[in-house]
Amino acid sequence: MTTMPIAVEARNAVKAFGQGAVAVKALDDVSVQIRQGEFFTLLGPSGCGKTTLLRLIAGFETPTSGQILLGGEDITHLPPNKRPVNTVFQSYALFPHLTVAQNIGFGLEMQNRPRAEIKETVARMLALVQLEPMASRKTSQLSGGQQQRVALARALAPTPKVLLLDEPLSALDLKLRKEMQIELKRLQMETGITFVFVTHDQEEALTMSDRIAVMSAGHIQQTGSPRDIYTRPANRFVASFIGETNFLTGKSDGRQVVLHNGAAVDLVTKQGAVSLAIRPEQLRLVATGSAGAMPARVASTVYFGTDTHVHLSLSDGSQIVARQQIPATGAMDLKTGDEVGVILPADALQVLED
Amino acid sequence: MADRSFEVARLPGFRSIALTAFVLLYLPIITLVVYSFNAGQSVAVWEGFSLDWYTTAWENEAVKGATYRSLLIAASASAIATTVATMAALGTTRRKAFKGQTFIYVMINQPLMVPEIVTAVALLIFFASIKVATGYNGLIYLIIAHAAFCIPFAYLPIRARLEGMDLTLETAAADLYASHWQAFRFVTLPLMLPGIIAGAMLAFVISLDDVVITEFVKSGGQDTLPTYMLGQMRRAITPEVNAISTVLLALTVLLLTAFFLLTRKKD
Repeated sequence: MTTMPIAVEARNAVKAFGQGAVAVKALDDVSVQIRQGEFFTLLGPSGCGKTTLLRLIAGFETPTSGQILLGGEDITHLPPNKRPVNTVFQSYALFPHLTVAQNIGFGLEMQNRPRAEIKETVARMLALVQLEPMASRKTSQLSGGQQQRVALARALAPTPKVLLLDEPLSALDLKLRKEMQIELKRLQMETGITFVFVTHDQEEALTMSDRIAVMSAGHIQQTGSPRDIYTRPANRFVASFIGETNFLTGKSDGRQVVLHNGAAVDLVTKQGAVSLAIRPEQLRLVATGSAGAMPARVASTVYFGTDTHVHLSLSDGSQIVARQQIPATGAMDLKTGDEVGVILPADALQVLED
Repeated sequence: MADRSFEVARLPGFRSIALTAFVLLYLPIITLVVYSFNAGQSVAVWEGFSLDWYTTAWENEAVKGATYRSLLIAASASAIATTVATMAALGTTRRKAFKGQTFIYVMINQPLMVPEIVTAVALLIFFASIKVATGYNGLIYLIIAHAAFCIPFAYLPIRARLEGMDLTLETAAADLYASHWQAFRFVTLPLMLPGIIAGAMLAFVISLDDVVITEFVKSGGQDTLPTYMLGQMRRAITPEVNAISTVLLALTVLLLTAFFLLTRKKD
């Protein structure tokens, strides 16, 4: 993967809206390299700048400073109609006066491609998104999921170098969204086109992406594979945004961290105050007084079907959550008020840079 | 089915009030139309059915001239007004909200708010000085005057149409390799066309119907149908006026029906 050439790149991109003192930086010095053929996701809460970055790549906005490169070529000031990049819009933005087939052929028509080629491509796209019987329908006669497919086919038809997807699944219900996630992944594999996908849904990002850039407040917080980001979050924001996490603070002498509740963990870190994160499924619950276990009391248990979340109070009053698989061999049948021991496996603890 | 929820239509007297209103609205028009087919000279005493007054009106050179001028002015004025209104509607809706937006709306819709008689006097004085200076007395003054007061009538349906249109559509067109002109030609224009046609028809009807401003601005021998009829009323009233009115009514109803069909919301 690392040998693949770079498809799109943002270099020190800054985008400020408004002027002077009221200017808001939607993007603050963002640099990112997206590789060819990659399913790349920009993940973050609303207002984090992910859509702005997408619009810079599409050409709908010009960066205040910095550069956008496509295949190594500077396209920062190229208008959107001159960029070999297509977008699937959140609202789909299908042309209501045109049929499904005319919508899909629109980009090719504007490029003045030969009739025969347009006809052939539109037919191929209709087959790709399984909408052949709908070719001559108006888009308003289609369901949400079908409109989504038309939007995809329309953006893929001109074979863009990069396909940009702006929260395309957010308008669909859960079942349809799951189907479209698989569909999108299939389309990406079949076409081999670089996908840049914007979402605020961490689960969507984890299941679909080759790599994810987690964004917050106009910055990229971490870029990496879903596994990297989940198991080795770079900072507190990433750790809390992706999945559930327990945060623990303590003091380190370099080789051992003494937590605020008095428990000690062997961990090589920088000296001084440290922040640690551990996923609920990594905590091990054992009988009180077991070797290396810190004491805790069960505050409540929540049953989730596949697992149970055990909320625990530590001796210093702080709360953490442990997840127990059901059925788990040796899992304890815990009730509120029970005393337990908690083991923090050192290899599951993440040291956060704050 | 004892539905006791409040409904205005069930209040005592509702039916009779509604009925009275409809009678007041339509009875005079029905009378007008009926007497256009009167065989006699009167617009009040029925003497039998005939199409004589339609023939009389059709053969009257003054009516022919007035009809020609009315149609020419309405066609030219609505064409100018619709073009201006289309550009105004594009300028005020195909963008993010801007400062002074309400002020601009008020400016565009000025003719709806200023009393017509004031506009008429203003135009009379304004054009009089131009007529003196240039010595030109053609229909162009009437066309300009009509175009001016027709703009808001053309503007409102076009704007309504554009406001219901997703701003992302042009962005999507640009994303799909359309130049500014292509995006307008293949996306914006076809989508706003029903609004433009509706606006043009409304402007046409409004121009066709105008009396006050026309009466003030016209030069000698420039009667339109409405001002010709007004002139006739000052002399002897014959069912000829009824016949002309009936034809005007039919034309207006036809255009307004088309207008409503065009502006009707889909499904």
